[in-house]
Amino acid sequence: MSVNTVVEGAPATPVAANAPLLEIERLRVEFGPADAPLAAVKDVTLSVAKGEVLGLIGESGSGKSLTCRSALRLIHQPGRIASGSIRFDGRDVLGLSGSELRAMRAREMGMVFQDPFSSLNPVFRVGEQVAETLRVNLGMSKKAARAETVGLLGNVGIPEPERRYLSYPHELSGGMRQRIMIALATAPKPRLLIADEPTTALDVTTQAQILALLARLRSENGMAVLLVSHDFGVIAQVCDRVAVMYGGHIVETGPVEAMYSAPQHPYTRALLESVPALDAAVRGSERRTAIPGQPPELSEQIAGCVFAPRCRFAQESCKSASMRLEQVGEAHASACPVRPFADGRAGAGGAAATAVRVVPDVAEEAGR
Amino acid sequence: MSATVPATTPAARRRIGLRGLFAGRTRPPLPVLIGIGIVGVIALASLLAPLIAPYPPDKLDFLNQLQAPSFSHLMGTDDAGRDVFSRTLYGMRVDLGIVLLVTYVPMPLGVLIGAVAGYFGGIVDTVVSRVADTMIAFPFIVLVIAIIAIVGPGLTGVLIGVPIAAWALYARLARSEMLVMREQQFMLATTALGYTKRRAILRHAVPNLMRSSLIYSTVDLVVNLLLLAGLSYLGLGQQPPGAELGTIIAGGQAYLLSAWWIATLPGLVLVAFGVGVGLIGDGLSDGRMRGGAS
Amino acid sequence: MLPYLLRRLAQSLVVLFGLAVVTFLIIHLVPGDPVQQMLGARATPHTVATVRLQLGLDRPLLAQFGSFVGDTVTGRFGDSITQSAPVGQLIGQRIAPSALLIAYGMLIALVIGVPLAIVAALRPNGFADNLIRVATTFSFAMPTFWLGLMLALLLGLELHVFPVSGYSGGIGGVLRTLTLPALTLGLSLSAIVVRTLRSSLLEVLQTEYIDAARARGLSERRVIGKHAMRNAVMGTITVLSVNLGFLIGGTVVIESVFQIPGLGSLLVQSVEHRDYQLVQTLALLAGATVVLVSLATDFLQAAIDPRIRLASA
Repeated sequence: MSVNTVVEGAPATPVAANAPLLEIERLRVEFGPADAPLAAVKDVTLSVAKGEVLGLIGESGSGKSLTCRSALRLIHQPGRIASGSIRFDGRDVLGLSGSELRAMRAREMGMVFQDPFSSLNPVFRVGEQVAETLRVNLGMSKKAARAETVGLLGNVGIPEPERRYLSYPHELSGGMRQRIMIALATAPKPRLLIADEPTTALDVTTQAQILALLARLRSENGMAVLLVSHDFGVIAQVCDRVAVMYGGHIVETGPVEAMYSAPQHPYTRALLESVPALDAAVRGSERRTAIPGQPPELSEQIAGCVFAPRCRFAQESCKSASMRLEQVGEAHASACPVRPFADGRAGAGGAAATAVRVVPDVAEEAGR
Repeated sequence: MSATVPATTPAARRRIGLRGLFAGRTRPPLPVLIGIGIVGVIALASLLAPLIAPYPPDKLDFLNQLQAPSFSHLMGTDDAGRDVFSRTLYGMRVDLGIVLLVTYVPMPLGVLIGAVAGYFGGIVDTVVSRVADTMIAFPFIVLVIAIIAIVGPGLTGVLIGVPIAAWALYARLARSEMLVMREQQFMLATTALGYTKRRAILRHAVPNLMRSSLIYSTVDLVVNLLLLAGLSYLGLGQQPPGAELGTIIAGGQAYLLSAWWIATLPGLVLVAFGVGVGLIGDGLSDGRMRGGAS
Repeated sequence: MLPYLLRRLAQSLVVLFGLAVVTFLIIHLVPGDPVQQMLGARATPHTVATVRLQLGLDRPLLAQFGSFVGDTVTGRFGDSITQSAPVGQLIGQRIAPSALLIAYGMLIALVIGVPLAIVAALRPNGFADNLIRVATTFSFAMPTFWLGLMLALLLGLELHVFPVSGYSGGIGGVLRTLTLPALTLGLSLSAIVVRTLRSSLLEVLQTEYIDAARARGLSERRVIGKHAMRNAVMGTITVLSVNLGFLIGGTVVIESVFQIPGLGSLLVQSVEHRDYQLVQTLALLAGATVVLVSLATDFLQAAIDPRIRLASA
């Protein structure tokens, strides 16, 4: 079992094409009446470079799902994008017309959803659903679409794709459905794939397979990926960079190795500390430290840093801190003004490193 | 549901029940108030018909046949000179009385039978379900007409016929709800606490089942009213010269072009009543669906 | 799927049996002498006795029931005393107007109801949705016979677009004579269609697979028209079949309003003439139609919805 579990199949150094593909700036997503709105996403700024895999991690309710849906403008009533800007390849996504948006969704961006059962139409055969997008969005003929679909199904690891073309979603296992979902989303070879907790509904083994698949597709197509999860293990397996989200704000961003070995924001550190090491039972005394308190309610107005109420390093000045990200290292930014770990001590990063080390190696999987 | 709040006294239970009706608001929303207003006005007017009707409903006046609506005859007169407005008031009185009976007598019976069938399952359930299915298979009006065929046209036929058909609908509704409810915590608790089955059904299950039956009964009320009017129109319900909205409208059919008010205006009263009840019913079911969280 | 279908079939047979029992009992529950009432006060005791013998009413109940079922199944409905014609012939003559009226009414209900439901579901609680909701509330509250009269008054008598009574066959005749009645029926039924389809659609539009379809860049027309409707239609088909009873009941009244010589008006006439046999046969026919259509709908649904097929396997 090798230590190199991170970023399988990625180029050794980030390629020069570093112009951001997706830029989200100061995004704010609100619900409720206009005079008393609730903001689930309060102030989010992040970017995904071409070909890069960005992980977005946070607890349930942190707003990460809404953030990635905003990129496609898939926010349901009564939610709305209240302010901020979203640019894809320099174009203003929020200002696109209906048909321009559709074209962008059809060919440039793809999305994989969390629950593969409910994201496939239950009354149509799976092959037909894939072929439909090829016909309608890429203008393929019926025959060509069918052939291409069978190829795609095979490519995502569906055994006997000819036969499986005719299956209905409920006839397939969760892992297979998610593969279909991925085939659907990547069929037009989009430049950005948004994966909203793609493995949360799957068991651990299948999880590893799906992540390996995503990594492989990314290197095959040079596609950028925005991967959302609440699980650090998942993020560690495929991502180049990570953004940590809490209470509707981004609290830290940086390269995945730096985030693991030297997290700068107390929340990131606390998250890593709460991941149990697989050999904890063997090592005996290792106790998990839960983060005391609860994530803030949507309606709570917290002055200053949103994490301060639960933070063991909080000071008086935190109550008036802005949530702006400040540079703390190479391509590494944190919103914490206190910087309790600024001297670079590894500290409790040890547990996280252990966690990373024992994640099964997906090298063989991806190498297939 | 407010099942988490311990309801210790009957008064507390009632308060919770009422609040539960309108999604946690004690004051019902505007459409419901309008509905209550309309229904109230019509019901009150009908109830007080003997006091407020300007003329006796069967007073013939051949000098004033087929008069258009005016101040002395708010809805005009029919071909025998009778005041349509007075006839409408008296007719509504009869209608409402009958309709209340035929809607709210089979309801508790049907709910009880359905609850028992759903609770016990097995052969009781099968028998009840098949019988209810048979009743429901008939188009409602056909079944009632068949019973009227037996008993003879007239209000007796309606009073007997409608309940025989109606209980089955409530029974089926209650049964399917009971099937779900019987697995819920509070029902399982009654068994664990050693309550008799009778107590479990009557005091715990039925009050909850009543909720959806009450909502449905608003629909049923209007359906029955229209049914009664329809049967009377056909000559199978209230017999002429008795005043009933259906018979009045039937009488007006021959004069549709010349004296349109006879057939039209009483119908509008029916429509208004139905709309009022519909608004109330919609308000009740909205409250339930939103379940307190807007 | 087969066990499911067999179970449904068995269930329907039980209900059909129940229908037969209920309708059979009609003539036997009449207080007094049914034959006397049928023939009228002027019939001599001799005639009454003869007719009673003819109808087999002196035989034991069970034997009568046996012949009742046997005769019905083989189509030997006997003769109608009051109409002096074989029942089968009467029904045969009058079934076409009724069936056409029901079909035409359903068509109108769908043509009006489906687009309105879609409009309402696309912007829930918007202006159009609320307007449509108010309209359906009004529609539910209208007595069908009154609505028919109003339509007859406006479109028939005032504007002379359609005749207000009678029936003629052939395509032109049907369009001319059945449009007003079918419009009445259809308007009433469309309210139910709108309500159920709207709520079905709302549910479907909240699902993730619709979001996923939009995320793939499929056009709104395709997302709603193909992906959403296919799922929403299931519930509506069930509702329509359940409301067949409503339609049949509606024709009973509407045929009388517009003087259409169909089975509905026949039923009313036979009650007036105390023709118990005819009442029995017509009631049984109505009930059986509802049961059989409901069965057919369930089969159809099993064929369309792959989940049902496999869930019950």
